Amino acid sequence: MKKVLGIFLAMVLVIASFAGCAGKTDSVTTTGETTSKPTPANVVIRCSTTTSVNDSGLLPYLEPMFEKETGYDLQVTSNGTGAAIKLGETGDADLLLVHAKASEEEFIEKGFGIERKPFMYNFFVIVGPANDPAGIKGSATAAEAFKKIADAKQPFISRGDDSGTHKKELALWKAAGLEPNGASDEWYISAGKGMGDCLTMGSEKSAYVITDKGTYLSMKDKLNLELLMGESDDMKNTYSLIACNPEKNSGLNSEGANAFIEWMLKEETLKLIADYGKDKYGEALFLIIK
Amino acid sequence: MRLPLLLRCKMNAFKEAFNLIVSFDKELYGIIGVTMRMSFSSVLISCLLGIPAGVVLGSKNFKGKSLPMKILHTLMGLPPVVAGLIVFLLLSRSGPLGSLKLLFTVRAMVIAQVLLITPIVTGLTASVVAVKTPAILETARGLRLSKPTKLKLILKENKAPLVSVVLTGFGRAISEVGAISLVGGNIQHKTRAMTTAIVLETGKGNFEFAIALGLILLIIAFVINSIASSFRGDGYDYT
Repeated sequence: MKKVLGIFLAMVLVIASFAGCAGKTDSVTTTGETTSKPTPANVVIRCSTTTSVNDSGLLPYLEPMFEKETGYDLQVTSNGTGAAIKLGETGDADLLLVHAKASEEEFIEKGFGIERKPFMYNFFVIVGPANDPAGIKGSATAAEAFKKIADAKQPFISRGDDSGTHKKELALWKAAGLEPNGASDEWYISAGKGMGDCLTMGSEKSAYVITDKGTYLSMKDKLNLELLMGESDDMKNTYSLIACNPEKNSGLNSEGANAFIEWMLKEETLKLIADYGKDKYGEALFLIIK
Repeated sequence: MRLPLLLRCKMNAFKEAFNLIVSFDKELYGIIGVTMRMSFSSVLISCLLGIPAGVVLGSKNFKGKSLPMKILHTLMGLPPVVAGLIVFLLLSRSGPLGSLKLLFTVRAMVIAQVLLITPIVTGLTASVVAVKTPAILETARGLRLSKPTKLKLILKENKAPLVSVVLTGFGRAISEVGAISLVGGNIQHKTRAMTTAIVLETGKGNFEFAIALGLILLIIAFVINSIASSFRGDGYDYT
């Protein structure tokens, strides 16, 4: 019996190793093709972005097209906006793709970035339990909806992680003339987690959550949360590209960063972005700034 | 470019850690409080469950003992996130214990940690007890000691290594992040522990605060180990 088992295991191993080889030869031929494209001097571009951009799947969708056309190797790291921008300050990124206007302007003022290039936007939305206990449906602005949630003392989940979404939320509380604090306000829950985790928590706790529309749409089926508040003017979320300043940090690939920004801003790419998500969610996840 | 940043962080971190400690920063002490409450509760419960079970497994031989031992050794290596996932699914609103509303509370964190630490305490206790017990039991038989007295004798004779077992459990509890992040939710002022706070502050790019928290965590671990080693008695610390 043991012998049979041994032979069987050996066969599985042999087959598996063959399969591995086949995979390898495949990838060798494809990389052989791409190297025949024009090769820039410094191939690697390090792009630092936020989790919400990465979770939407936009960059993984655009990346292979960009790499095929230009021969660059785009390496994307995603963090909360705070950390994403910090990577630009420490010289660990060649360019940023982020969505927090005030922090971006500060980044450029300190001389770390060259120019802020806003190119696309979408809307934040407020989701919550279907029975809407705070009655935020039909509010004219997000700030008004926030005030209703605070007045009704209904649970609200905050990202609490310095992300672009968290900063937007804080700006909205300020506009509502409130400053909720998790220590004294029992209903205000500062989770310190990513968007997906916060939505899951909101679903578990029947709480209100402010989220980018893309993440919500991609998780909608698994959540007990309804879209209660859509596109008001104070919920606009603008994304920009910023090339890092080579005078502040050595070893940056400025040429590559500029090539990527140029590629992102050309008409064909903008059209791809404007159509992204339509087939999967029935609507575009990002709108182009005209 | 990397090294100077790290050095700069270190310098600032010591200063910031010191400032945070002496200024009685409310949030920091809240985080330490949650961490201590969670770690002590989970170690206490794990020991109450694990040490008796370990004594039985270590001192008795019975037919088919190898299977529970194998299961126990597997559970000793249970990945924290798996423990977290199991507790999450149990306590989730749609789970079997959802009506208790325990998810995202310190209690949920304790439950996950007990699941994680009890096998470790049991397994280590069993291997510690197994060494001396045959001799102890022989003596006990000769003296015709009662069962509770025998148990007391076993625990007393193994005091020093058992303190190490408890400390191992405590080390696991205080350093754990995967399970408590899943079931606790890292909620500010409520379920945020030192490890989950470090992950968050690092993600924010707030390295100084993260290192400061790490330093305080090490200091606490050192103090607790020092206190515990005085319980172990002389001569055990290889001095």
